[in-house]
Amino acid sequence: MSIKQLHHLLPGESAKIISFHTDLTLQSRLVEMGILPGVEIRLMKKGPFKGPIEIKVRGYEVALRYKDAMHINVS
Amino acid sequence: MDNNMPLIALMGNPNTGKTAIFNLLTGMNQKVSNYPGITVEQRRGNAQLKENCAVQIMDMPGTYSLTPESLDEKIVAQQTLKWLNGIDRTAAIISVVDAGNLSRNLYLTSQVMDLGIPVIIALNMMDRVMQKNQNIDGIKLQKMLGVQAVVPMSAREKWGIEELQTELLNVIKLENSEISSHLQIKIPKEIEKIINPISEFLIDKNNYDNYITNIQALRIITRKSALELYSECENLNGAEIKSLTLLRDNVAFEIDELGMNHRILEATLRFDMLDRALNDQNLIIQNEIKQISRSERVDKILTHKWVGPLIFIALLYGIFQSIFTWATIPMQYIDSGVGYLGNYCVQIFSPGILRDLLVEGIISGVGAILIFLPQILILMFFMTILEDTGYMARVAFMMDKLMNKIGLHGKSVLPLMSGYACAIPGIMATRTIDSWKERLITIIVLPLISCSARLPVYTLMIGAFIPNKPILGFLNLQGLTMVLMYFLGTVTAMVIAAIISRFIEEKGKSSFVMEMPPYRMPLAVSLFRQVYTRGKLFVINAGKIIMAISIVLWFLASFPKPESDEVTFSIQNSYAGKIGHAIEPLIAPLGFDWKIGVGLITSFAAREVMVSTLATLYNVEDEGDDFVGITEALKNEVNPLTGLPRYTPLVALSIMVFYVYAAQCMATFAIVKNETNSWKWPLIMIVYMTGLAYIGSLLVYQGGQFLGFV
Repeated sequence: MSIKQLHHLLPGESAKIISFHTDLTLQSRLVEMGILPGVEIRLMKKGPFKGPIEIKVRGYEVALRYKDAMHINVS
Repeated sequence: MDNNMPLIALMGNPNTGKTAIFNLLTGMNQKVSNYPGITVEQRRGNAQLKENCAVQIMDMPGTYSLTPESLDEKIVAQQTLKWLNGIDRTAAIISVVDAGNLSRNLYLTSQVMDLGIPVIIALNMMDRVMQKNQNIDGIKLQKMLGVQAVVPMSAREKWGIEELQTELLNVIKLENSEISSHLQIKIPKEIEKIINPISEFLIDKNNYDNYITNIQALRIITRKSALELYSECENLNGAEIKSLTLLRDNVAFEIDELGMNHRILEATLRFDMLDRALNDQNLIIQNEIKQISRSERVDKILTHKWVGPLIFIALLYGIFQSIFTWATIPMQYIDSGVGYLGNYCVQIFSPGILRDLLVEGIISGVGAILIFLPQILILMFFMTILEDTGYMARVAFMMDKLMNKIGLHGKSVLPLMSGYACAIPGIMATRTIDSWKERLITIIVLPLISCSARLPVYTLMIGAFIPNKPILGFLNLQGLTMVLMYFLGTVTAMVIAAIISRFIEEKGKSSFVMEMPPYRMPLAVSLFRQVYTRGKLFVINAGKIIMAISIVLWFLASFPKPESDEVTFSIQNSYAGKIGHAIEPLIAPLGFDWKIGVGLITSFAAREVMVSTLATLYNVEDEGDDFVGITEALKNEVNPLTGLPRYTPLVALSIMVFYVYAAQCMATFAIVKNETNSWKWPLIMIVYMTGLAYIGSLLVYQGGQFLGFV
C-alpha cells in the first residue's frame, strides 16, 4: 500500500485517506463533511483538463478541485 | 405574525429536504423577509399543532457545520452563538437529517445538541433507505444521541409529518430542566490542558458551562473564520482580539507539536465519537462507497467530457427559445392591460397634474417593468427546475475549471445565466459562492449579460434599421445581429472578469467543495412556490425603485409648463429636453442626437424606458406604444443639417452597442450596494460600464464612418 495523492487515483479506484498537506486550507471544511483521515473514498470521475475531481464518501458524492486533490494523501 | 408563539428553528445540511419539511409544517402560512442589514432570505411560518397550540418555525440556511464558510452559513453560526448567550433562544430545534447519509449529517446535529436546546431529529428521506431494503432504528438512534425524539419520515412521500408535529408538542410542554443528557465529545486530558488558556478567556467573557467552553475553544482554534465570528458576536475590542489571536496561535502550535492537527481537531474528535457510536449500535450502512448509484450512471452521460457540455448548450438554447416564444402572449396581455388601466384612469379622473403623474409617470413606469415579468418567471421556472433536479451542481462541476481561469467560480454559472433575464435575481443568487473575491467579480460583471430589458431596444433598432436578409442560406441578418449583441455582452463579461481578478485581493482562499446531490424529480408544489416568491421579491424590490424614478422622470419631462396656454407644451423645453440638448455635444461623436440623449437619461430607470421615451418624443402616443409608429418615425427623421435620414443602420448599431455596455439600471446598483455593503462597488461598476459603452459606441460609429458606411 503505497502512499499517493488523491488526483493520482484512477476512476473507479478506492483508497483510504491518510493525511492532508498543511497548505490545504480547505481541510477544515473537508473534515466537517466527514472527509477525514481514516475514511474510505472512491474516485468517481475526473473532469477534463485537470478539472474538478468527483469522489464518493460516506454514501454521498462530492467534487473537489484538482489542485486541492493534490494535497490529499491516500493509500 | 404573533411573536408570543414558541419559536422553533429548522436546521440541517444542504440538500436534506429542509425546505420541503418547512412547507409541510407551515402550509401557505409563511413569510419571506431579509435578515437585518443583509439580504439573506429569512423564512418564517406558523405551524398549527394539535391541542390548539401554534408555533413559529424559522427555516435556517443549509450548513455543514457551525463554523462558517459562506455568507449563508455565517447567519446560522451567528444565530447559534446568540442562543448560547441566552438571546432569542428557540424553544426547540428540528435537525433535519438525510437518512441515507446518516454519519455525515449527524456532525451538525451533534454540534447543535451541544447548545442545550431540545433537539428533535427529522430523519428525512427514509423512503430512499427503505427502497434499498434497509432500515434505521429511530429509537436506538434517539437513545444513542440523547435527543428528545427521532422521527423517521419522508417529506417527498408526505409521511411522518404528523409524528413530527406530535413530538414538537411534547417538547414545547417540557420544562427546561427535563432536557436529557446527550452524547458528548470526550476531550482527552492533554488537549484540555493545552486549550485551557482559551477556555479561561471564554469563561471570563461568557457564562458557558465547562463543556461548552471547551467546545468553543476547540472551534476557535480550527480556523480564522471561527475566531472572527466569535469576536464579532461578542463585540471584542482590538486588544481582546489581539490577545485571543495570540492565545489561539500558541495553542494551535502546541497541538501540532503533539502530532495532531489543530485545523481538524474538533471534527476528528466528533466524528470519532459518532462513527464509534453508530458502529456499536449497528446503525452504519456498510460499504456504501462501492455502490454505483443511479445518479452516477446518469452522470456518465450528463457530465461526460464532450457530451456533457453539448447537452448543457442545447438546454440553454431550448430555455432561451421558450422564453422568447412563450412570453410573447402574456406580455401582450400585460401591455394592453396596462394601457387599459391608463385609459381607465384618464376617463375617471379629471385632467390635471395628479392624473398626469398617475398615468404618465406611475402606471407607464411600473407597467414598463411588469411587462418583463413573464420572461423572468419563465426563466426562473427553468432555473428552479435545473437547481431542484441537481443538474446545476453538475453544471458548476463542468464549468469550474473554465470559470476559475477567468477569476470566477463554478457556482458563478447559475447567477450569470439568471442575468439573461434580469441582473437582480442573478446578483442575489451569488450568495452561495463561498469565496468573497469570486462572488464580487461575478456581481461586477453580471450586468454586462444582456438582460430582458435590453430586448425592446434591440428589437426596435433591428426591426427599423437592419435589413431582413438571409445570410449563408439558413441564417438571417436580423437574427444574427441580435445574437451578436448577446454574444458581445457575454464575451466582454468574461474578459472584464479576467482583468479585474488581477486587481481584487482575496479575503480567504477560494475553494470548491461541492456536494453532488442525487438527481431527483422536482416537486411541483415547491417549484411553483419558489417561482412565486422569487417573482414577488423581484416585483417588490425593482418596483419600489422604478416607481420613484418614474415619478422623477415624469417631472423632468413635464416641467416647466409653458406660461401661456396658447403655446403648446413641447418636451424640448422641459427639463429633460434641456438636459438632452446640454449633453448633445458629448454624444454627437457616437451618432446620437438630443432625443436619444433624453432616452439615455430616462433609461436610468430601466433600459426599456428608452423605447417609451422615444415614443413620447415623437408624439406617437395616440397610437399607443405601437412599435410600427416609432419605427416609421425613426426612419423618417431627417437631419436638418444634411437633409439625409438622421438614423442609419450605423447609428442603430452604435445605440445597441451602447445599450450592451451602459450602466443604466438603478435597481441593479441598489442591489449591489445592499449585497456588498458599500457604495464603492456600484460606483466602480457605473464608471467602468459607462466607459465601455462610450468607447464601444465611439468605435462603432467613427470606425464605421471611416470605413465608408453611413
